[in-house]
Amino acid sequence: MSGWTRHEGKAVALDRESIDTDQLIPARFMSTPRSEGYGPFLLHDLRFDAEGTPVETFPLNRVSEATVLITRRNFGSGSSREAAVYALVDFGIRAVIAPSFGDIFASNAVNNGLLPAQVDAGVVDALIAEVPDTGTPARINLADGTARIGGRSITFEIDPIWREKLINGWDDIDLTHRHADAIATDRADRARRSPWAFPSGEGHQTTA
Amino acid sequence: MTARTLLDKLWMSHEIIRRDDGASLLWVDRHLVHEGSHHAFAKLEARGAGVAEPGLTFGVVDHYAPTRGRPERPEIARMIATLERNTAAHGITCFGLDDPRQGIVHVIGPEQGLTLPGLLINCGDSHTSTHGAFGALAFGIGATEVAHVLATQTIWQKKPAAMRIRFTGRLGPGVGAKDMALCWIAKLGADGARGHAIEYTGEAVRALSMEGRMTLCNLSIEGGARFGMIAPDAATFAHVKGRPFAPEGNVWDDAVAIWSTLPSDPDAAFAREVTLDASDIAPIVTWGTSPEDALPVTATVPDPDRAPATQAARVRAALDYMGLFAGQPLSEIAVDQVFIGSCTNARIEDLRAAAAVLAGRRARVPGLVSPGSQQVKAQAEAEGLDRIFMEAGLEWVGAGCSMCVAMNGDMVPPGKRCASTTNRNFRGRQGRGARTHLMSPAMVAAAAITGHLTDVRPMLAGRSAA
Repeated sequence: MSGWTRHEGKAVALDRESIDTDQLIPARFMSTPRSEGYGPFLLHDLRFDAEGTPVETFPLNRVSEATVLITRRNFGSGSSREAAVYALVDFGIRAVIAPSFGDIFASNAVNNGLLPAQVDAGVVDALIAEVPDTGTPARINLADGTARIGGRSITFEIDPIWREKLINGWDDIDLTHRHADAIATDRADRARRSPWAFPSGEGHQTTA
Repeated sequence: MTARTLLDKLWMSHEIIRRDDGASLLWVDRHLVHEGSHHAFAKLEARGAGVAEPGLTFGVVDHYAPTRGRPERPEIARMIATLERNTAAHGITCFGLDDPRQGIVHVIGPEQGLTLPGLLINCGDSHTSTHGAFGALAFGIGATEVAHVLATQTIWQKKPAAMRIRFTGRLGPGVGAKDMALCWIAKLGADGARGHAIEYTGEAVRALSMEGRMTLCNLSIEGGARFGMIAPDAATFAHVKGRPFAPEGNVWDDAVAIWSTLPSDPDAAFAREVTLDASDIAPIVTWGTSPEDALPVTATVPDPDRAPATQAARVRAALDYMGLFAGQPLSEIAVDQVFIGSCTNARIEDLRAAAAVLAGRRARVPGLVSPGSQQVKAQAEAEGLDRIFMEAGLEWVGAGCSMCVAMNGDMVPPGKRCASTTNRNFRGRQGRGARTHLMSPAMVAAAAITGHLTDVRPMLAGRSAA
């Protein structure tokens, strides 16, 4: 994953609360390999009617090449499916601006270079009122936690750990391997001090 | 020494290092994987990495498990085969469809004694907090994190804030753990506990069976908390003892001694405290498209015009999706079908509670009863519960996530309304256009019999509610 500090793109407003991960990507699409791309599945049942025709009034269908999503509280609540983030990222979204995010979603987002930018509910109210249906230019600066959406400058919150990770595009497995000695020592101590914490032999002997 | 919470103790005993920025690298005692792990295994493969601790990793087929016969579509069969291939390739024990230990991951972990007090348990599933009922640090993770745990048996986490939800008093008859959970979620909101690890305490929590405690912890994420836990006690130890993977002999004795030190110290401080009176809780049903849209069954559908300004649009949209109107008594909402199952409410006690209501009665609507595991299924059949369900006109099927997540082909048709023991009433969760009302197993049984949402309490007269 490559890191990023600045982004320039187009923002679109989605005036809804609690867009959960089942809406972000309905479960029936999740057996698809990632290599096929998850963009078409994003918010599928809101973007398309039962016949598969795009719903003209749906914001993402009125704006081409949206990269920043402005939405209401509790975005990404629900299941841990990282596929919800894949759908956003593969669609081209780089940042979501909302008053609150599901905890697991936000963590998954950062692991895929997608910024969950937290702002006050009042900021979202103002942006939703201002951003036209056709979208508006958006600039984001991760380094200082600021953004300019149309004519409005805003600041957003992001955990400093996540900010660093997004900027550097860190791969956690590589980072963790640097601590291999500490992990090995911990594991050895654990096996000695807490043998109960390892699955007993009896379960392993039970075979189907 | 500073007084410590259960969370503090569990965190400390798993922390390998803590970075200056506050991120902790934690040891993972058990990693449970299901079919959804295909992304994570693909990531491992892409980097040529192996699985660090196959002996601490366990696979199970649940999300796509067929409940009637074999998989009905090739892509479902492929998901199951992929899990079996990935686990076999890395030497991981997998409870496949033909294994009598197969079932929903959050049912079989405790059933097999893989879930123990004092452990850190991860699974790529948001309901992993279920295992917190044993006094474990258990939380759901995404695919990137699953790959990380597979590769290193560790996970990076920032310690959440501790929150205590205390249920004083005792539950009334016909009211259970599901009602307790929906009660606090309705009060605090679907993101009310975001960023927190919940410890559930109080007389009503202590009085719950282990099954009830699992239901309560299971639903933590529906109120925004990635972690939910209950301090272990004698009931916990009795439930764990003798299970296949549980410790034995001297090791068991040592374990119990350590587990007995886990409960929060009496003067430990919590960042947030909420107290609810269990004796005030009535059977609860949801009316909308978020678990926070929950009310006692004796209430009426809320009026968007009288909702707080920030809520009005959402309430209106939820009622539109659900096909309900403001002021309608909840108990007059007719249902098309029922579902009893899921990691929330498909354990033996849940099936007993539903059967206690259904015994000798007929369901007016069709429905599916899917036990949480093959062992729960066998136990229920030994107790004759399957006959009660079938004589009532419901379908008794195999174990898996089934109609809760609608991945295996079991789904609610568009526009149809289902009384369900599951965990999410999200739009489209049980199938595109499906309308879900969440409630307890006893309440689903009552709805099946009357054909509409119903207060189960009068129907329990003269019966022993399980």
